[in-house]
Amino acid sequence: MDFLRPAGWEEALAAKAEHPTAVPIAGGTDVMVEINFDHRRPEYLLDLTRVAELAEWEATDRTVRLGAGVPYTRIIEELRAELPGLALAAHTVGSPQIRNRGTVGGNLGAASPAGDAHPALLAAGAEVEAASMRGTRRIPVEEFFTGVKRHALEPDELIRAVHIQKADGPQQFSKVGTRNAMVIAVCAFAVALHPRTRTVRTGIGSAAPTPVRAHEAEEFLGAALEEGGFWDSGAPLDPSTARRFAELCAGACRPIDDVRGSAAYRRHAVGVMARRTLGWTWEAYREGDGRTAQCA
Amino acid sequence: MRVNITVNGRPYEADDVWEGESLLYVLRERMGLPGSKNACEQGECGSCTVRLDGVPVCACLVAAGQAEGREVVTVEGLADHARQRSAKPAGAVCPGEPEAGHPGKPEVGGLVEPETGRPGEPDTARRAEPGTGRPVGPDVARPVEPGLGHPGEPETARPRRPGSSRPGQVVAPLAPVQQAFIDAGAVQCGFCTPGLLVAADELLERTPDPSDADIREALSGNLCRCTGYEKILDAVRLAAARTGKAV
Repeated sequence: MDFLRPAGWEEALAAKAEHPTAVPIAGGTDVMVEINFDHRRPEYLLDLTRVAELAEWEATDRTVRLGAGVPYTRIIEELRAELPGLALAAHTVGSPQIRNRGTVGGNLGAASPAGDAHPALLAAGAEVEAASMRGTRRIPVEEFFTGVKRHALEPDELIRAVHIQKADGPQQFSKVGTRNAMVIAVCAFAVALHPRTRTVRTGIGSAAPTPVRAHEAEEFLGAALEEGGFWDSGAPLDPSTARRFAELCAGACRPIDDVRGSAAYRRHAVGVMARRTLGWTWEAYREGDGRTAQCA
Repeated sequence: MRVNITVNGRPYEADDVWEGESLLYVLRERMGLPGSKNACEQGECGSCTVRLDGVPVCACLVAAGQAEGREVVTVEGLADHARQRSAKPAGAVCPGEPEAGHPGKPEVGGLVEPETGRPGEPDTARRAEPGTGRPVGPDVARPVEPGLGHPGEPETARPRRPGSSRPGQVVAPLAPVQQAFIDAGAVQCGFCTPGLLVAADELLERTPDPSDADIREALSGNLCRCTGYEKILDAVRLAAARTGKAV
């Protein structure tokens, strides 16, 4: 094994181009587990923790460009207003020790269906900035996950940043697990209201081969809110609307039975989380959070 | 490969480190610092918790090469770390500083002053916990003589027992959180203790007067199978109360 320690981004890209099999390592919270348990013996480890720019974020008018190496702890502390859904999801990751090291770039690179950041990114709307010596491209996060632990990156590409839409309305994240810390999601759900475009977006984790959006549920709710004039009136949602939304979210799952839970349980739990999180976000919208405070 | 790490204020160099090796392995097996415990090797249990540039991390999940040139504080250096912190003028520690100790901000989070209080210097501050009247409690491992503590020298990690009268022996005082763990009965088998001490000490550095929710969250990455946690929570509250009084 070789340990590559690029000091800057260009050097990192050159290393990845020269050694396409190199496994990038940031916080190490996934990669080191695989090495410790002898599940993986990469020929090269590409340490990205010395590339300072990866640990930075910057906000523009409508988006946050989150460096791939910003640890979850800083997302929770620094980006709660701009990225409330992601900050909530980040807070459910592992433990303080894990959140101090783990990164969204690493979560994406691992591309686990159970990755906690993924539902929040899907709901908020995000693009992955992938770069290589050949150039830079942006991959919509919906297109990033191509299978269980598989992603759309080419062998010479590295994740440089994630461009995430700033919240323009309330967002929520919910996760089912056996306890409140150190839990891999049995299943997870994220919802984001987007009053500016009068749309609703969702993200489902750990209930399909990849993280997915519940497109049908989003369209149904978007239409129901629009037709009923709910965005303007801020009226309470009809329980049957919430119920239908929940059913459609459950229907978007393609779960499996495994040690963490059965497929039937996951489908049911996603429905429950969808209904609850919709309730919370809609209440917040009605109280004005969505129309003022969260537009930071 | 060769790895240089400053551990507990003292520079270490380790040779022939395997590229996939963890910081934990280097600390325990190459530097003779077995205080950080090896258990789950997947970041679940927290028994290997150390400070890396001030930030609590699972040493089992840090690749050794990632620690190159960084500052590490282990349980062996906790007493020195706490003493240096309390020796700073009021306000200098910035306990409420939200930015403190984050990856990428070592200059803020380090809080380690290698130039002072080095392990190996004669210890002027023998432990004397006011009020308890106790002698020195069970000590954590630390090198006590200059020249010891080279990688691979197991002597460096030999615990110094209280009450033993070996000539020239200097016993380190305990950090407030260590003494509180003893006094509150928060140690049973002791395996989780080093990780909990490092995590709890960092909490108190950041949040000197933590709520129960703060304590529970800060220690949520550390498993204990003996105590049921209640006495651990008591110990952190006790340490906070004592530290608060001292200030």
